[in-house]
Amino acid sequence: MSDKKGNQPASTDSHETDHVYSGGLAVVSADKIADPGLEPHRVRMTDKSEKHAKTANRQVVTWFLLSIFGSASSIVAYFAFPITDDLGTVRNNTFFMGVAIALGMLGIGFGAVHWAKTLMPDAEVAEPRHLTRGSEEVRARAVEIINLANQESGFSRRKLIRRSLYGALALFPLPALVLFKDMTTDPNPAGTLRHTMWKAGTRLATDPTGTPIKAADLTLGSVFHVVPEGLTSEEHPEDYLEQKAKAAVLLVRLDPADIHSQKELDWGYQGIVAYSKICTHVGCPVALYEQHTHHLLCPCHQSTFDLANDCEVIFGPASRPLPQLKITVDAEGYLVAKGDFEEPVGPSFWERKL
Amino acid sequence: MSNATNTAKKGGFLAGTANYLDERVGVAGILKEFGRKIFPDHWSFMLGEVALYSFLVLLLSGTFLTFFFQPAMTNVIYDGVYGPLKGAEMSIAYKSALDISFEVRGGLLMRELHHWAALLFVAAAGLHMLRVFFTGAFRKPREINWVVGFALFVLAMAGGFTGYSLPDDLLSGNGLRIIDGMIKGLPIVGAYISSMLFGGEFPGHQIVARLYGLHILLIPAFILIFIVIHLFMVVIHKHTHYSGPGRRDDNVVGYPLMPVYVAKAGGFFFLVFGVLMLVAATVSINPIWMYGGYDPSPVSAGTQPDWYIGWADGALRLAPSHLEVVLGGYTWTWNILIPMIVLILLLVFVAFYPFFEAWVTGDKREHHVLDRPRNAPTRTAIGAAGVTFYAVLWAGASTDLIATHFMLSLNNVLTTMQISLIVLPIIAFLITKRVCLSLQLKDREVALHGRETGRIVRLPHGEYIEVHEALPEHELYKYVDFVDYQPTIARPNAKGQITMSARARAAWSRFYFEDRVAPVTAGELAEANHDHPAIESNQTKVLH
Repeated sequence: MSDKKGNQPASTDSHETDHVYSGGLAVVSADKIADPGLEPHRVRMTDKSEKHAKTANRQVVTWFLLSIFGSASSIVAYFAFPITDDLGTVRNNTFFMGVAIALGMLGIGFGAVHWAKTLMPDAEVAEPRHLTRGSEEVRARAVEIINLANQESGFSRRKLIRRSLYGALALFPLPALVLFKDMTTDPNPAGTLRHTMWKAGTRLATDPTGTPIKAADLTLGSVFHVVPEGLTSEEHPEDYLEQKAKAAVLLVRLDPADIHSQKELDWGYQGIVAYSKICTHVGCPVALYEQHTHHLLCPCHQSTFDLANDCEVIFGPASRPLPQLKITVDAEGYLVAKGDFEEPVGPSFWERKL
Repeated sequence: MSNATNTAKKGGFLAGTANYLDERVGVAGILKEFGRKIFPDHWSFMLGEVALYSFLVLLLSGTFLTFFFQPAMTNVIYDGVYGPLKGAEMSIAYKSALDISFEVRGGLLMRELHHWAALLFVAAAGLHMLRVFFTGAFRKPREINWVVGFALFVLAMAGGFTGYSLPDDLLSGNGLRIIDGMIKGLPIVGAYISSMLFGGEFPGHQIVARLYGLHILLIPAFILIFIVIHLFMVVIHKHTHYSGPGRRDDNVVGYPLMPVYVAKAGGFFFLVFGVLMLVAATVSINPIWMYGGYDPSPVSAGTQPDWYIGWADGALRLAPSHLEVVLGGYTWTWNILIPMIVLILLLVFVAFYPFFEAWVTGDKREHHVLDRPRNAPTRTAIGAAGVTFYAVLWAGASTDLIATHFMLSLNNVLTTMQISLIVLPIIAFLITKRVCLSLQLKDREVALHGRETGRIVRLPHGEYIEVHEALPEHELYKYVDFVDYQPTIARPNAKGQITMSARARAAWSRFYFEDRVAPVTAGELAEANHDHPAIESNQTKVLH
């Protein structure tokens, strides 16, 4: 057997005795049952019979031939199943090319493993394993090298060099602090989170068509997904999604008698109430409305808000109610905001309450 | 002309090549060193191989995808072949992902191959970790390699998450939104980190390109480096083997690298690749065209991350309501922070477990013979508890689907999960530990009295007995060769003080080893054979 530490003298076969480690809490039994040594090798059919060996040989070759067939077929499949405007061709192209390539690979895999298992020797052999630590001799030499390096460089001796090097090494990552700063150009990210596009007089428009909504358009129980009028990708090419991610609102008309919160009634218009659609947990859109219970459910983590009671959290991991948008109608009967949200929308952040 | 060149000429082309290589890269020395290196063989050793080969598949299929994918978030109008989205506004990233799927031959195949390979990569790495844990392969000298493997597992999850966020579809966009919400919840720095990550406000125009850089360069580079370190240490330590006759801590039993292991492992690479290709060709995964491009307003019901992020999503879902606190004007959003702390603690526990167990046992010896899980009952029970804890978190990411599929109340499902998260790991611990101890007792029984043959014999005086058959000595050895520890008491140190650390260690040692089943000794075996002379080596006799 090959000796891993080839340059060691032969006597290191007894390396194990060089160093004795503590077994800690291990119970070392003096009366352990003796190791009988490796089990005798069990002879396989392919070892005993030429016929079986020949069969195995044929099987391996068959696998490899199948592989060749598969790989060649994949080229055929590429041309035979081109992709056109018909989406069905995508499925055929994927299926036939994939299966052919898979056959090319599986053929090699099964063939090689079958070859190893039936025709290559299957008797297990042992080779010695040595302690990971070096022998005393090697360790002594390692220490010697370290000492020599220390001596030649004066690392321990020249204190000022050493300490100034430590200082230099500790500070050299400093530039990273400023370099990464420009990953955002926003000097006050928390401040930006406080404001949305809603202003006094901004009309409520449907998402995604952008049509302004009249109070009369809402029948009892109807729900509108709403954005501020003018929030379109044409008018906001730079920050369309950013604005939408804060300004999205859910508009519902409830029977005023069902609303338990006076504030909710006051901030709405004749039972029409507008709430931020951005979950106060981690920001998913609270998109599911259950009409008969007046519950709003966030599909991501199932935070549930009671629309009839100022969107208080009644279930799930969210902590705060959804912020309400004050609305009224303008002279033409369109629903408009009375101003921006009175608190930041969406997930909590450190400076939120400042 | 040297002798070597002469020999080479005689040997023809192959020998010539070998000579050329040896004279330039010393290939003969490498072969002498490694060519007949012994590798132990066991099906459970394949799990790490599956992870390795899946990673290679990821590199190959991922490279293909980079030739077509465009990581830009500029808004465009879709005019490709997929009808339902014609005219829709979307990012270039999403459009190029659609084009790979519908307009590049083999493109969809490669996308699906890449996604399936990623799922398998994390799964195989996780199972490999469990194998290493339950067999005690992390013990000295492999503690550091355990940490390297742990880092690989975390990197695999990071690679997966950054990857599936790239197509900028509705599902992955909502995943990023959740990450954004979690980051914003961090004390002091949350809003800044979020702003830096997204280049301003969420979602911004930067995140896909930034994740792309991480996903195709930094993370794979780190995975590759850690794999190299991981395998290099396997070479240094040589692979572990299961306990059995002839397998000791100072040898390694198995097949030589050439030819058997090369054929098996090389063939296995093609098997893994082939199976992944077959699955990619036949089973659809992540059909992004069905979700649409990202828009912060809509969301589909039943949104779920890829499986390996499920435990994190579950942790978020299982947090109780109303945990937010405002202190001095600053917001502590514990409903997000507590899940994050739980996740980090679980990871820290996994990373440091080998060092903890080594401290408890105080065993400084090298261990190359693997434990059968039953022979380390407390460790196995801790592992079972950990797996259960992870599994409940993971199932927690599906509370809504469990509720709708089984027509249960969502509230009840969630409450059950919250209770289960605490209770089930404890139950799993207790049951597993008892099962392990019972199996050990059964092993003792079999070792001492042989195995039941099912043959009932009537003795002359009327008594019926079942004939037991002694184990062959090679098999017997598997039952009696394991490491056995006993608890310790806190002892005073040199100064005569009993330190807190000594007390803690004594307490932990009782926790681990108070219930123990010792291996059968030669004396016990001889005595048992004396009591039942029927049991002689490998022979079945009837009592007279």
